[in-house]
Amino acid sequence: MSNSLIFDIKRYAINDGPGIRLTIFFKGCPLSCVWCHNPESISPQTQKMYSKQKCIGAQKCIEVCPNDALQLTPDGVITDWDKCAVCGKCAEVCPTKAIEISGEQMDINQLLKTIESESLFFDQSGGGVTFSGGEPLMHYKTLLELLEKCGQRHIHRVVDTSLFSRSEIVKQVAEKTELFLVDLKHMDDEKHKKYTGVSNQLILKNIQLLSDLGSDFWIRIPLIEGINADEENIKASAEFLSKLKWPSKLVNLLPYHDIGKNKHLKLGSTYDGEGMHEPSAELIERCIQIFKNNGIEAIVGG
Amino acid sequence: MNTKQSSIAPQRDANSEGNYYSEKSNRSKPGMNERIQRLRQLTVDTEPSLSIERALIETEFYKENYGKYSIPVLRALNYLEICKKKTIYLGDDELIVGERGEKPKAVPTFPELTCHSVEDLHVLNTRDLQRYTISQEDIDTYEREVIPYWQGRTQRERIFNHVPEEWKAAYEAGLFTEFMEQRAPGHTTLDGKIYQMGLNDFKARIAEEIDRLDFMNDIEATDKLEQLKAMDISCDATILFAARHADLAEELAAKENNEKRKAELLKIAEVCRWVPANAPRTFWEAIQMYWFVHLGTVTELNGWDAMNPGHFDQHLAPFFEKESAEGTLTRDEAKELLSCFWIKVNNHPAPPKVGITARESGTYNDFTNINIGGVTANGLDGVNEVSYIMLEIIEDLHILQPGSSIHVSSKTPDRFLKEGCKVIRQGHGYPSVFNPDIYIQELLRQGKSLKDAREGGCSGCIEVGAFGKEAYLLTGYLNVPKILEVTLNNGIDPVTGKKAGIETGDPRDFTSYEELYEAFVKQLNFVVDQKVRVSNYIDQMFAKYAPAPFLSVVIDDCISKGKDYYNGGPRYNTNYIQCTGLGTVTDSLSVLKHHVFEKNTFNMDKILTAVAKDFEGEEILRQTILNNTPFFGNDDPYADTIALGVYADLLTAIDGKPNTKGEQFYLNMLSTTCHVYFGKVMGATPNGRLAGKSISDGTSPSHGADTHGPSAVVKSLTKLDQTMSGGTLLNLRFLPSLLKRDQDIAKLSQLIRSYFALGGHHVQFNIVDTATLYAAQQNPDDYKDLLVRMAGYSDYFNDMNADLQQEVIDRTENESF
Repeated sequence: MSNSLIFDIKRYAINDGPGIRLTIFFKGCPLSCVWCHNPESISPQTQKMYSKQKCIGAQKCIEVCPNDALQLTPDGVITDWDKCAVCGKCAEVCPTKAIEISGEQMDINQLLKTIESESLFFDQSGGGVTFSGGEPLMHYKTLLELLEKCGQRHIHRVVDTSLFSRSEIVKQVAEKTELFLVDLKHMDDEKHKKYTGVSNQLILKNIQLLSDLGSDFWIRIPLIEGINADEENIKASAEFLSKLKWPSKLVNLLPYHDIGKNKHLKLGSTYDGEGMHEPSAELIERCIQIFKNNGIEAIVGG
Repeated sequence: MNTKQSSIAPQRDANSEGNYYSEKSNRSKPGMNERIQRLRQLTVDTEPSLSIERALIETEFYKENYGKYSIPVLRALNYLEICKKKTIYLGDDELIVGERGEKPKAVPTFPELTCHSVEDLHVLNTRDLQRYTISQEDIDTYEREVIPYWQGRTQRERIFNHVPEEWKAAYEAGLFTEFMEQRAPGHTTLDGKIYQMGLNDFKARIAEEIDRLDFMNDIEATDKLEQLKAMDISCDATILFAARHADLAEELAAKENNEKRKAELLKIAEVCRWVPANAPRTFWEAIQMYWFVHLGTVTELNGWDAMNPGHFDQHLAPFFEKESAEGTLTRDEAKELLSCFWIKVNNHPAPPKVGITARESGTYNDFTNINIGGVTANGLDGVNEVSYIMLEIIEDLHILQPGSSIHVSSKTPDRFLKEGCKVIRQGHGYPSVFNPDIYIQELLRQGKSLKDAREGGCSGCIEVGAFGKEAYLLTGYLNVPKILEVTLNNGIDPVTGKKAGIETGDPRDFTSYEELYEAFVKQLNFVVDQKVRVSNYIDQMFAKYAPAPFLSVVIDDCISKGKDYYNGGPRYNTNYIQCTGLGTVTDSLSVLKHHVFEKNTFNMDKILTAVAKDFEGEEILRQTILNNTPFFGNDDPYADTIALGVYADLLTAIDGKPNTKGEQFYLNMLSTTCHVYFGKVMGATPNGRLAGKSISDGTSPSHGADTHGPSAVVKSLTKLDQTMSGGTLLNLRFLPSLLKRDQDIAKLSQLIRSYFALGGHHVQFNIVDTATLYAAQQNPDDYKDLLVRMAGYSDYFNDMNADLQQEVIDRTENESF
């Protein structure tokens, strides 16, 4: 049975597809978007997160650390990353959960049990399970098995993906998925590379593939003023999408905010929000209009 | 005859009240038209005041007549005297008429039950919260005319003179409260019969029953005769009260220059001459009929939760439909009349208690709870056009009273639920949401017939009853976490150092969790027995000294039994004990089981010592508890199993204890605001809760203990078989920003459907954001309209004390919305 590294399971998720859902977040992502709200989702390894606000200086972590990697300073507990083996002993003893380990190996049975525990909410709301990440397609073996078993249980399946994956995998997943949530971050390949670390060619090709397969999907655009919310990019996105056939013809606009900042602090990574701004209401309205002109419904949120 | 007209309605713009929800801030004034806007403005701006008129009339009457009549007849004549002499109020703009006091928001006192002292009156007049104004002149009159007569004669003195020491010790420790020491048993709700029968019809039935009395073979026949005579007098009194309104309306009409108003006044007179003497013929008359019956019952005595029309939309629908078809009533006219009624209820703040301190005091809310939607007596969907009109009025007026609830069965259309959710989104704190599919089962389990169960519903906060046929008395709250506290101190209340329970052993000597739990259950049974014993005694006191003949007229089967509402007259007679703090006690037991008896994280002495010093210097221990213990409300089997055990043992301790009417006590899981008071009388608890902080409310998880979102809360709660209780209570709080879109509303309604499909009884929502609440604390004047819902009722945030305010802020925010 395959295991996967999961960094979060969200119950009563209402922004990840239709109805009330349970969202499973796989850890690890081939993209590294500069605005990423969940930076702990990027690395495919377990990571240690530390919250200074929660730390009360109990120092139990320092006592138990086998590698002597921790030190209490006026800035809280500091980790010597060269020594830290991310063994998690510190998190176990932390009374306030100021230290937490992000990422837990879970097997399919555990995940299925969790999914099924919410089935009544799915039934009442037309909801189901959403596989998100990170990038769920990076865990395609587990994902395919889960999709298969959820299908047998009549659970509605959504896969939230960047589609940065081999088309063969996308095809297999599409056979077992009712709805995809697909990120479309930038139409300009150079900018896409600059802000996400990868080219958009494969992504655009796979969107076309989903359309050709007759799969349904919602396009999600993180709307960031200063990055991709300009008229040129939105128009290009709308024109690209308008040529596709797909049942929903729906775009979710996700206005940028900088709550990810706090998570970067916890991971000990840096966050450069320079040049990224929350889009104004007028700008959002303009974007909605552009999509409408191209025969596509765009709504805020998902 | 004393008459009095209202002063001119204040000229201030309604919007200056500060409607805090931005989406509505640019709207027109609350209220559908200028009449309703003015009436609403008056009710919002008028400060509650004390009226001594009722006490003066009553004292005079008792001095003259006590001893001359049987008690029921004395009570009925006393009510008649009040109806004859009290000031009649008929204000500008009014269509529905009648006030309990001399003017809107004037509240009478009930010295026969409990007599306010001069000091009480001063406190009420000057305290910051829930103030009731009274003039020095009235205080002097009260001191001279009222207080001397009632000294030693009040119901409260009768009760407290006869309670055992053990009861007093437990009561003073705050192990439970007693509802009936200051107010009469209430929570009464009416069914549909007053829309088919006038009081003259009731009088005819009373006469038939008198004819049928068998003085040869029935030893109670004379008592029944007195009771029936009293009921008959009380009908006359209510008809007279209405006629005096007709007289005044005609008098005012004669002087009125405005032709439109003159016609309205003459119409009012016509309505008041017809109802309540006769069965109503029109929508207007039906509302006025109810209102006179309501006023009668709250003038006769001060029963808890005032009076309640129950399924008012279902009762009014036939009138609305008939007149709509005939073209004699437009939808707007119906809405205007109902708006007038809504404002009337808001004109009636709860009667204030005596010896009151702000910390015990709750609210102006007198808990009339209009049931909207639900099912009919035949089990069909009860939603009709009047239901939708009511939802519009709630959203439109957003005043404190009446409370309202939507009743969502599996047959209820989504349209109604979604419209209800849209009103919930406004954040006025109501409507709350009930599940008839479950509460009908609760009533059936208690032995009601299917028809009576379907006609039942919820009154006050969340308690269920068979409307129009049942006396279901809430007898008081049980402080379940305090029972554990006393157990952990071997019978002593650690807050006072006094003995409050029985000795069940020093917990440091316990070798297993089972041993500890057994001690807790023993303590629980002892406390419940104390409570039941005194409750039964008080019930008898009411039956003997404070019967309610008028209330008895409108509740089946008081007339056919010839017995009073308080004496087993109703078809069903139930006593509830309301258990508070399931979350706190479950989490505390979970800490002891998990850390002391299983994981050995710390021993019993360590935790008890930390608790005794309120976790001072033990923050690491406290945080370990808070972050590393299975708590209730997370769909965690470990904690939920403990909750199930406590619930089962509460049921065993309470359910089936006999009451004085040959029936029994039942479990209820309501808290209203009592969890705040209960927290005040407690030290710290093993779950990391600090001394004095409120305990968990109803069946909700402890504040901050539920970290897995609302679906996990719902799953934990529905592991309890909620049909075994006469009500459970779940508070969920959502941020308004997360309920903006239609699909958000849809998902809220689906969450409700899910909870109900799993067996939930009730859920209510606080739709507020923390920033608003902090701002409201800083600038109370800017947030006069800020209504929040807490544990079974709505209140103005500004009227809450700092503890209640903090509690609202502290509640877990459901970030996922």
